[in-house]
Amino acid sequence: MVLLKCPVCNGEVQVEDDALPGEVVEHECGAQLEVVKEDGKMSLRLAEQIGEDWGE
Amino acid sequence: MRIGILYDIPRWEERNLIEEAKKLGHEVKLEYTKDSIFLTNERREQEIDVFIQRSVSHNKALLSSLVMESLNFTVINDYNTLIRCENKAITTFLLSKHNIPTPKTGIAFNPEKALELANKIGYPVVIKPIEGSWGRMVAKAQDEDTLRSYVEYQSYSIQKFRDSYYIQEYVNKPNRDIRIFVIGDEVPVGIYRVNDKNWRTNTALGAKAEPLKIDEELRELTLKVREVIGGFFLGVDIFEDKERGYIVDEVNGVPEYKNTVRVTGFNVSQFLIRKIEELIKK
Repeated sequence: MVLLKCPVCNGEVQVEDDALPGEVVEHECGAQLEVVKEDGKMSLRLAEQIGEDWGE
Repeated sequence: MRIGILYDIPRWEERNLIEEAKKLGHEVKLEYTKDSIFLTNERREQEIDVFIQRSVSHNKALLSSLVMESLNFTVINDYNTLIRCENKAITTFLLSKHNIPTPKTGIAFNPEKALELANKIGYPVVIKPIEGSWGRMVAKAQDEDTLRSYVEYQSYSIQKFRDSYYIQEYVNKPNRDIRIFVIGDEVPVGIYRVNDKNWRTNTALGAKAEPLKIDEELRELTLKVREVIGGFFLGVDIFEDKERGYIVDEVNGVPEYKNTVRVTGFNVSQFLIRKIEELIKK
């Protein structure tokens, strides 16, 4: 597990080591977050809302 | 084989593809489209035999398939197929041109003409966003009054094609439709999507998946759809009409298949990768 900061409430969020970029994590503060990986470092940002062009 | 997966949200399908590809001894390279930069004529150092397009966003799927093809990679599905699938008007009119049964459908470009079109089709009608998914904003209008409201809502919406009114007859199908898959040159699996409470039978709207027994007529029809639309991996939605038989409603170029695997036990990811192996060997 990796311990990350929630970009909304600054609280701690646990994320699996093998989480993929784009994976959505729900934090207890209610924020929907997505995993970002840059230069091997993992962080979180607010997840996108469902887009008009999403889906099948 | 070195398999690239173009994706934006890792769903069950993408994780399963990665797992099955690895089990079969292939290398997997993930390309997270949302954070990628694509340049014209960019020489990519990675050697990839094939990309599988799995982006949820139609726009990202279409453009990243196009870019990878422009760099001479093989992409499943290619952008031409995605264009034909993502725009419902293109799908329907192409299928109809090739004598594949579709619901009676029309398109109009202003609200008054949309009402005139519906009168020609006959009520009840269904109005759908030209590019939409998971059954969102698909509405049935029993009469002109109701349709007028829907048309007005659409005209003030932020839909990309809000000035294009795509209107279809309401097909009086049973409480289910068919989702059937093309993988390579085969039609190996499909499901019924059953909904007792909602005439829209998308599983995203609560329809239950049940295994489908594929008859010869259905198989041939599905392969004919593939001839027209192109592509290597398609999810085809088909209605059953009491009088007319099978009617093709939509074609999906980045199909979801979690529920299909769950109720049929058929390993879609493995079958897809096996068919890609055959394609690459040719």
